[in-house]
Amino acid sequence: MTTQAIHVQGLEKSYKELRVLRGVDFGVARGSIFALLGSNGAGKTTVVRILSTLLKSDAGTATVDGFDVATQPADVRESISLTGQFAAVDEILTGRENLVLVARLRRVEGPGQVADDLLARFQLTDAAGRRVSTYSGGMRRRLDIAMSLIGNPPVIFLDEPTTGLDPQVRVEVWNGVKELAGQGTTVLLTTQHLDEAEHLADRIAILHQGRIIANGTLDELKRLLPPAKVEYVEKQPTLEDVFLAIIGNDDTGADDPTTAQTAKEQR
Amino acid sequence: MTMRFFGDTALLTGRTMRHITRSLDTILTVAIMPIALMLLFVYVFGGAIRTGSHHYVNYLLPGILLITIGMGISYTSLRLLTDMQSGIFERFQSMPIARSSVLWAHVLTSVVSNLISLALVVLVALLMGFRSGAGASAWLAIAGILVVFTLALTWLAVIAGLTAKTPDGAGAFAYPIIFLPFISSAFVPTHTMPAPVRAFANNQPVTSIVNTIRDLFAQQPVHTEIWTALAWSLGILIVAYALAMATYHRRVA
Repeated sequence: MTTQAIHVQGLEKSYKELRVLRGVDFGVARGSIFALLGSNGAGKTTVVRILSTLLKSDAGTATVDGFDVATQPADVRESISLTGQFAAVDEILTGRENLVLVARLRRVEGPGQVADDLLARFQLTDAAGRRVSTYSGGMRRRLDIAMSLIGNPPVIFLDEPTTGLDPQVRVEVWNGVKELAGQGTTVLLTTQHLDEAEHLADRIAILHQGRIIANGTLDELKRLLPPAKVEYVEKQPTLEDVFLAIIGNDDTGADDPTTAQTAKEQR
Repeated sequence: MTMRFFGDTALLTGRTMRHITRSLDTILTVAIMPIALMLLFVYVFGGAIRTGSHHYVNYLLPGILLITIGMGISYTSLRLLTDMQSGIFERFQSMPIARSSVLWAHVLTSVVSNLISLALVVLVALLMGFRSGAGASAWLAIAGILVVFTLALTWLAVIAGLTAKTPDGAGAFAYPIIFLPFISSAFVPTHTMPAPVRAFANNQPVTSIVNTIRDLFAQQPVHTEIWTALAWSLGILIVAYALAMATYHRRVA
């Protein structure tokens, strides 16, 4: 059990009459990326909120980094970082001020240096001194994720990290997540995009009607279906392939403040 | 943990205070309505109001100060609601910090920003001819009463901020509080009112607070009303704090 960064057993949660979780079990190995896949309202966010000590479960146990979420919440909070569905950033502060604030609250050495390093890593150096309210959706999300990395918590929860992002930024976020796991961070991410789970996750669990109905590697999940028939189909590029090919990958474009309006509308 | 609480509260108060200093219009909006009321009552209605005091602005100021606080705390609930809706509240709650410092930062910011608005209103009153011979201890007593009253209303604002669904709802709870001074001794002496209204006016919190501040400004001996004023303020403070904390614990695990 100690080899697992996250261990969940028999987790139940109801909101009044609505039984959102009906006994959820899963484990996440250290340093791996685990995707919780499910449609809207499947209970993914509820699981993340319980694991990040924002919500109490009705029944069952959950441990994060060896600490029980119900009895040792303060230790759990030392070990985790949460990036919620909506970029939880302070609009009135600048990007740098947001990072410095979180670094100070986490009692990290040299908060200014930590902030500058993260700004550079997430290509936000140029926007560092601007108020976050002028940022585009992609920039906000990058800042949001950067804030979650401060203090190098061993476990990171990403709740639908790419919702509302354009395909390029999505790829950037994916690369960032892979890099994290490469450094030994355990990542639990929720998503409703199948391709996201396919691209990123070492293991995928499908949450449906309050239970985990499948849990395995991509190959294991594929084997649940009857063996593939060999058919010859012309390989058409997906729209995403076309989009990424014609706009080129050299310029992220997301730093352009003129895109802020559209990104805001997406939110 | 206690050190952590004070450190975190200071950091987070620094954050919310930046919200105030970066949108000074908030402080101006808070101060403008009371100042407009003060101008209206002194220069339009004041001539027809018999208060027994030569300078109506001297009579009026204490009530205007309470209206200023009523305006100010609606922004406290608004700031808290914005934090709840943007997700930053949950980010802080999931971090290794003293959790209640998030609420206390909003409360302290509310007190400081209200004091700034109050100073602005007093300044305008001075320009309009408000004069008081009150000494330092009387001014301190007035400041103390206003701070306790602000704290009491701030914790009410916290309840609104934690439970409201929309910004309009978060601000609307303050309307009755802003309206309360009109049915008190703030604008006219209560003995001119019909009996039922007078009974209400004499026994609601604003009248005792207004009268106490007025006596302190006028260097009159304060009556036992100061105890009524403090009892109301502290009573509201304790009940609102308990309710706000209960609401808060229902919202976060």
